[in-house]
Order: sequence, then structure tokens, then C-alpha cells
Amino acid sequence: MPAKIDPDQVRRIARLARINLTTDELEQFAGQLSDILNYIDQLSELNTEGVEPTTHPLKISNVFRQDQIGQSLSNEQALANAPRTHGDFFAVPKVLE
Amino acid sequence: MELHRLTIQQLAGELAKGQLSSRQATEHLFQRIERHDPAIHGYLELHQDAALAQADRIDKRRSKGETLGPLAGVPLAIKDNICISHGRTTCASKILGNFQAPYEAHVVQALNAADAVILGKTNLDEFAMGASTENSGFGVTRNPWNLQTVPGGSSGGSAAVVAADLAYAALGSDTGGSIRQPAAFCSVVGLKPTYGRVSRYGLVAFGSSLDQIGPIAKTIPDLALLLNIIAGHDRRDSTSADLEVGDYLANLDKPVKPLRIGVAGEYFQEGLDKEIAQAVRQALDFYASLGAEIVDISMPLNKYALAVYYIVATAEASSNLARYDGVRYGYRDKDPKDYIDMYYTSRAHGFGAEVKRRIMLGTYTLSAGYYDAYYLKALKVRTLIRQDFDKAFEQVDCIAGPVTPTPPFRLGEKIDDPLTLYLSDVYTVMANLTGLPAISIPCGFSSAGLPIGLQLTTKAFSEELLLRIARMFEQATDYHLQKPKLQS
Repeated sequence: MPAKIDPDQVRRIARLARINLTTDELEQFAGQLSDILNYIDQLSELNTEGVEPTTHPLKISNVFRQDQIGQSLSNEQALANAPRTHGDFFAVPKVLE
Repeated sequence: MELHRLTIQQLAGELAKGQLSSRQATEHLFQRIERHDPAIHGYLELHQDAALAQADRIDKRRSKGETLGPLAGVPLAIKDNICISHGRTTCASKILGNFQAPYEAHVVQALNAADAVILGKTNLDEFAMGASTENSGFGVTRNPWNLQTVPGGSSGGSAAVVAADLAYAALGSDTGGSIRQPAAFCSVVGLKPTYGRVSRYGLVAFGSSLDQIGPIAKTIPDLALLLNIIAGHDRRDSTSADLEVGDYLANLDKPVKPLRIGVAGEYFQEGLDKEIAQAVRQALDFYASLGAEIVDISMPLNKYALAVYYIVATAEASSNLARYDGVRYGYRDKDPKDYIDMYYTSRAHGFGAEVKRRIMLGTYTLSAGYYDAYYLKALKVRTLIRQDFDKAFEQVDCIAGPVTPTPPFRLGEKIDDPLTLYLSDVYTVMANLTGLPAISIPCGFSSAGLPIGLQLTTKAFSEELLLRIARMFEQATDYHLQKPKLQS
């Protein structure tokens, strides 16, 4: 298990997370995330062979419903918070040149 | 007693007798907020017009003799990660700085149905990520007990306004202690209900297997009253439990006998402030004097809970917060180079440092090559922690311990050292990992006059028992009656 991460790795993670980071942030996060990961590494002391993972604290299962048309937001409501709109659509910068 | 000092039950009584109108109570609180909140900054937004209009509606209906809800005319506050369909819902994040929710959270609908008055939205750590409310994108909240210290977090605004009598109660949310820790720091009561007890429809998601909405109030009966109103099944939240909800007030004053309280030696090890250890021990002695049996239990996995929590919570956050892409709502950076650049720059400028840090950590532990070592490992240890609790509850009815390892710390003290700040959650994350209900109640003050909280945890969906056990302590002590001295 790698104990520390360097600014280059932070840059790669930031690309996956779609967040631009400044050079200062890369340095700072490398140090802080390394500290946190070192702390987290104590979990490797525990033997978890054969243990089932818990994704939810209580036993719950999928909830299904009939596929019926119900009430939903109007176009106007759905677009009300959009940074940019075009007619009935969300507008974004050009995807294809 | 002064009007703002009343509990919900006392205020509701005065209103019902017609001694007082809801408009008077609501105006009184707004005047008080105007006077004291600039120093505390518990509120992000006030809904003065809507609140007074609602108060007038209630007063009018009351004068006509109509039957009113259990919170008729009572002014409350709501944490700003819970959607209300007027005003803004910001999560204290610049990325949602102008967001106006198009719908109302289940809990807000429930409060409205109970005829409550909503004063406004309270401050929090951005997206509920933090333990001090210093991570708010819109300024810190200060602890009414000492303005140089933090109120805790992430529901720091909600706890501070209740402590300062700037609301009769408030709603918060708790992902790793965010109701209980600020309640302890501000000397008010705070309940994290069982996972699934309260619908999260309209709560902005942080860690979906951990998040739960709960009340923060001045007394246990007020907590019980609020839980009566917000608990219950809601098909709009698929994790909401389809179980019967009792009347939490009905037997509240009946002491629990016999009562076995479990105490883990692991809770009292290095890192726990001496005065907190002493106050918690005194609380246990008090329960013993009431006839409770104090049982030594072992929680060997306690020390691993925080590591598990910070993997699970950040992994879920990195996934949940992927929705902030600058397309459908929220902040979009001016003039991005292209479509992809819009994501990178909007998220870079919209999110604060702690949110970025957690998204990065979660992205890392979920990424190819690290998933098994971190995320899957954490989920397995989560199972072991759950088993620790199951075993303990074969021997005891309730587990008691501290809420926080330290009293409220100074503003700025931990802000540059995220790991140290994370350690503030060391006693509270277990209830979220296991889904169990847990409560924080005032149990003393440090020599510097800062509040100390006692945490009680019971089995899943046993809030009735939990509240009764907490009430036994409250009825015989006066910590909850002490109030911070506010400068005007």
C-alpha cells in the first residue's frame, strides 16, 4: 500500500475529480492527503478475510414502484437555476467544433 | 421568564392560552436576532416576511377556534442544506450561492403541516463537511458561550441559534456527528435518529449511507415533540424505513427500569480531555444512583471507526458531488475555454478547500488499484464495527460515553490541519457507520466555562427508549437550564 502521494499523483486525482488545482494546492493537498492516508493505513492491521462488506448500515432492499407518470417539475422550474439556457434547453459551450 | 427563553412546550402553552400571539413571539425573535446574530452569525438567511405572514395566519386561525398543529406558531430554524421552496438553499457553498430549491424537503413539509413558523436558514460547514462551521463559504459561526471558540459543526449555526435563544429549536443533519458535536459544544440537546427513521427527501446529499436529519432543541421533551413530527416513512426516500412510529412524548417521563448502561474502557483512553472524562463519569455515577447497572463493555474496533468513516464518507461525497458540473444549476465559471474546461474551472472556483480535499480523497480511494485496499477494506471493517455493537447490545440497553474528545476549541486553531480536525469526530462516527440512534445532552462545563456533552446510543429504531434514558438525566440536573451571557 503506498503510504504517501506526491503532487503529480494529486494532479491525476484532480483530473479524475474534474477540479483544477493551483500549484500551491497541489503541494498542500499532497501533504494533507498523505497524512490522512497514513492514518487510514492502520486498517491494514485488521484481518478482514471472509468478512462481508457493509454498504448500508441497516438491511434495506430495492424499492420498486409502478412506472406511472406522476407529477414532476415543469420545464420552467427545471431550467430556473440553470447558469445558461437556450429556449427549452440547458446551454453549454460548444462540444464539437 | 423572558419570552425567548421558553421551551417549545412552554411557548405552545402560552400561545394556546391566548396570552401571546405567534406574531409577538416571532417579532421578538427577529429583534433578538438583529441584536445578537451579527456577533454569532448563526443565520445565513432570514425569511422575515414569510415567517410573519405564517405567524399571522396561525393567529387568525387560532382566533377562529380552528384546530391547529402541535407546533402552531412556534418559530424554528432550518440548516441550509435542507430545501425550502422559497429563499435560497446554499449548503454554505459558493457553488450553490444562488440556488433556489424548486421543491420542499419532507421535513419542511412536516413542520409546515404542524403549523410551525420558519425563521430562516442556518450556517454550516460547506456541504456539511466539517466539525467547526469554519468551512462555511459565507463566514464562520461563533459559539455563544465564548465568541472566540467554534460552535462545532457541521450544524454549528443550528446549535448556536438554539443556545442563544434565537430560535426555539432547529433542524440539523448528521453524517459523522454533525448534530451531536455542535449540540455538545453549545450546551443544547441534539438527536441523530436511526438511519431511515426520518426521510431525507430534500436534504442535499453528502454521504448517502450515513446522512440523517434530526432535531436540535433546548430540552428532551422538545426533541421528542419534533421527532414525532418529522419521523416516519416517505416513499420519496427509498432508504426511509417503513416502520410504525410511536408517540415519543407519551412515556417520556417514565424512568427506564431496569436499565443497563454499557461503558467502553476504549472511550476513556489517550486523547480524551480530563474534564470531559470526569463529567461523563459523574453522569454515569448519577445513573448508577438511580439504580442503573453500569456494565463494562469492550469496543476493540473503536479506534478504527474514524479511518473507516473518512473512507466511506469521502467516497460517497466524491460521487454525490459529481452533480455540481455547472450545467443544470449552481455556479458556472465565466468564459470557460470549452465544455470540459467548464467542469474543471466551475468546480475549482465553486468548491472550498475542505470540499475539494474530501472529493479528492474519495476519488483516490475509489480509483482503480486502490479500491480494494481502501474502500472495500473499509466496508469490511464497517461490518466488524456493527458486530461489536450487536454484541454489546446483548448485554446492555444503552451505551454511554463522551460526545467529543475536547471542549470547544478556538477559531482557527485546527483549520490548517485537517487530520486533527477529523479527530473531533472520533466518538460520533460509530452511530453513523452502524445507523444507530444517538443523542447528545449537556452534562457539565469545563473550568473555562465551556459546555460538555454526554452521548447515549441505543439499538436501531429505539428512539423512544433513548429519549427516556436521556430524560432521566435532564429531569434531575440543571445543565440544560444554564445559558450563555450574550453581549449586546
